[in-house]
Amino acid sequence: MFAKPINLKVQKFKFMKSILNVEKITMRFGGLKALDNLDLEVNEGEIVALIGPNGAGKTTFFNCITGIYPPTAGNVLIAPPGQSSQRINGLKPNEVTERGMARTFQNIRLFGSMSVLENVMIGRHCRLKSGIASAIFRPRSTVEEEKQLIKDSYEVLEKIGLSKYVNELAMNLPYGAQRRLEIARAMATDPFLLLLDEPAAGMNPHETKELDDLIVWIRDNENISILLIEHDMKLVMSLSDKIFVMDYGKKIAEGTPEQIKSNPIVIKAYLGEDADA
Amino acid sequence: MMSFEKIKKGVLAGIWFIFLTFPIMVIRVNTVENIIEWRWINMLYAGVGGFFLSIIWDELLRKQEANKNKAVTGEMPILQRMMENPSVRLPSIIGLVIFVCAFPYIFSMYQTNIMISALIYIMLGLGLNIVVGLAGLLDLGYVAFYAVGAYSYALLNMHFGVNFWVALPIGAALGAICGMILGYPVLRLKGDYLAIVTLGFGEIIRLVLENWNAFSQGPSGIANIPRPAIPGIEFSLSQATVFIYFMMILLVIFTIFMVHRLENSRIGRAWIALREDEIACQAMGIDKTKTKLTAFSLGATWAGMAGVVFAAKTTFINPASFTIWESVMILCIVVIGGMGSIAGVIVGALFLILVPEYLRAFSEYRMLVFGAVLVIMMVFRPGGLIANVRKTYQFKSSEI
Repeated sequence: MFAKPINLKVQKFKFMKSILNVEKITMRFGGLKALDNLDLEVNEGEIVALIGPNGAGKTTFFNCITGIYPPTAGNVLIAPPGQSSQRINGLKPNEVTERGMARTFQNIRLFGSMSVLENVMIGRHCRLKSGIASAIFRPRSTVEEEKQLIKDSYEVLEKIGLSKYVNELAMNLPYGAQRRLEIARAMATDPFLLLLDEPAAGMNPHETKELDDLIVWIRDNENISILLIEHDMKLVMSLSDKIFVMDYGKKIAEGTPEQIKSNPIVIKAYLGEDADA
Repeated sequence: MMSFEKIKKGVLAGIWFIFLTFPIMVIRVNTVENIIEWRWINMLYAGVGGFFLSIIWDELLRKQEANKNKAVTGEMPILQRMMENPSVRLPSIIGLVIFVCAFPYIFSMYQTNIMISALIYIMLGLGLNIVVGLAGLLDLGYVAFYAVGAYSYALLNMHFGVNFWVALPIGAALGAICGMILGYPVLRLKGDYLAIVTLGFGEIIRLVLENWNAFSQGPSGIANIPRPAIPGIEFSLSQATVFIYFMMILLVIFTIFMVHRLENSRIGRAWIALREDEIACQAMGIDKTKTKLTAFSLGATWAGMAGVVFAAKTTFINPASFTIWESVMILCIVVIGGMGSIAGVIVGALFLILVPEYLRAFSEYRMLVFGAVLVIMMVFRPGGLIANVRKTYQFKSSEI
C-alpha cells in the first residue's frame, strides 16, 4: 500500500534538515538521574523510534522535551520548517505545542465526557484567537471561526478514519479508536513533529498494522515528522528510519533498524548478559 | 416477592429506630410537675416508621442499581427531551413568562422578597457553576466575592454617594479582580487542597471586614444603604420591592445568557477540557494559567454583582451575612441542582432557598430535613436534580 519509507525519504527530502535537536539533556529527580546526558536528533520527514526496557526513562524524555518537566540541564532545540532554530527548555507545555510539537500519552488522556469532535476542537484551541468578549458578543468573525474550526476538525477525523464516531463521547469509544483519537487530537494542533508515546500499546496485531499504515501516511501526506516510543519491535523495525535505544537514562545505541537488530549492547540491555549464548 | 430477608432487615431497622429515638420521642421530663411522662405510643410509631422506611429505601436502591447502566449512554433525561419538542416548549415558556411577570402582583411582598433572595442565589449559583461545574475547581470561599460586591456598594455609597447603577458594574469588576487575586496563588492546587485554600480566603475576607473597624465599621455593619432607584421617581417600600424583583429577573436572564454563551465558546471548551484532564489540556496547547484565572474571575464577577444587589435589597449589611455557611449553601445549590447545568442551578437555588422559607412552620426540623434531603439526593441522584447532559455539538455532514 505504501512505498518503502527509506526510498520515499530520499525522493521527497533532498536536504535533510534537523528539526529537533536534543543536546545532553539531563533530568534529575532528587538523587535519581532519570535522564543522563542524552542526545537525540530528528530530521525533517523522518520516523524516529525511541526504545528501551521498562523504566529506561523514555516517557521522562518526552515529558522533558514537551515542557511537562523542565530539564535539569541540556538543550532542547527545535527548528520548525521555514524557521530558524530556537531553544525551548523551560517553556510551558502549551507553549511547546504552540511551536509545533504535539504529543500523545501512554495512558490515554482523552477528555472523556466531550465528544470526539470536541476533543479534536480542543486540539485546535491554540490556533484560534477568540477571547471572552467575542464569546459573549459572538461577532461574525467568531461565528466564521467556529464554523471553520468544525470543518477543520472533521477533516482531521476523516483523515484518521474516525469520522463515523464524530458525535460519540470519547469515553465510549473502543480502545483502538481512543488511541487514534489521541493522534487526531495531536494532529489538530498543526504540528511539524508528532511525539507518540506507545501508540500501539494494548492493540491487537490487526490494529497495530493499521496504526503502522496510519503513521507512515501521516508522515508522507501531512509533512509531519514522527518520534515514537514503542515496545512492539515488529512495528518499530518496519516503521522507523532511525532508532535510539535507552537504558537507565542513557543512550546506549543509535542507528538504522538493521544496525540496532545486530547491536550486542542492545541485545544485552533487553535480554540480559547471556543473550548471545 | 417480599423475601424473608427483607422483612428481617426491616424489623431490625425498626428496632434500631426505636432505640435511637427512645430518649427524645418516648421519655419526656415534665419539669413543672417533676414527673416523667412515658409516651409509649411514639415508640410504636418509630418502629413502624423505621420498618417501612427501610423497605422503601431498599426498593429504591434496587431500582437505582437497575437504572445505572442506562445513565452511562448519555441519553437525555425526560425533561430535557420534552423541552426539545416545540409543542411543549413554547407553551411552557409562555406560561413561565406570565407567571414570572405576575408573581409580585399575585403574592404578598413577603413572598416577593423571598423570591428576590432566591433570584440572588440563582445568580450566585450560576457564577459558582462556572468555577466548580465547568472548570472543575472546588471553591469554598465563593462568598468572599459576594461580600466584596456588597461592601463595595455600601462603602462607595457611604463615602462618595455612588448610586446603585454605577456600583453594579464596579462591584462586578472588583469581584473579578478579587477572583484573579485568589486565583493566582492557587493555580497549582487541585481538589481538596484548592478547597481548603479558598475556604481560608473566604474566612480572611470575613475576618478583615469584622475586625477592621475603620474600614468597614466592623461587626456593626453598614446601614441605610439606598435601594436601587430611578432618578426622579419616588418608590414606596412595596414598589421598590417589585422594582428590585423585576431588576433581578432581568439580571438573572442576563446572567443565563452570558453563562450560556461562555459555556459554548472556545473558552468554555477549554474550561471543560481543564476539568477533564489538566495535563492533556496543557499538552494540547491550552494555557492553564489563563484558563483558570478567567474561570475564577468570571465566576467571581457574578458574585460581585449579586453582592451589590444584596446590599441594596437589605439596605443593611454586616459580616455575619458572609459566613462560610453561605459558601456551603451556594455550593449545595450547584451540586444539588446538577453540576455544570444552568437549568439545574436554577432549580437547585429555588429548591434550597424557597423550601426552607416555606418550612418555617417546622423551623425546628429544618436542618434535619435539609440534611436528610442532601443524603437522599446524593444516594439517588448523584448527578443533581437536573443532571447535566451537556449538549455536545452535533455534527451534521451537510454542513461542510
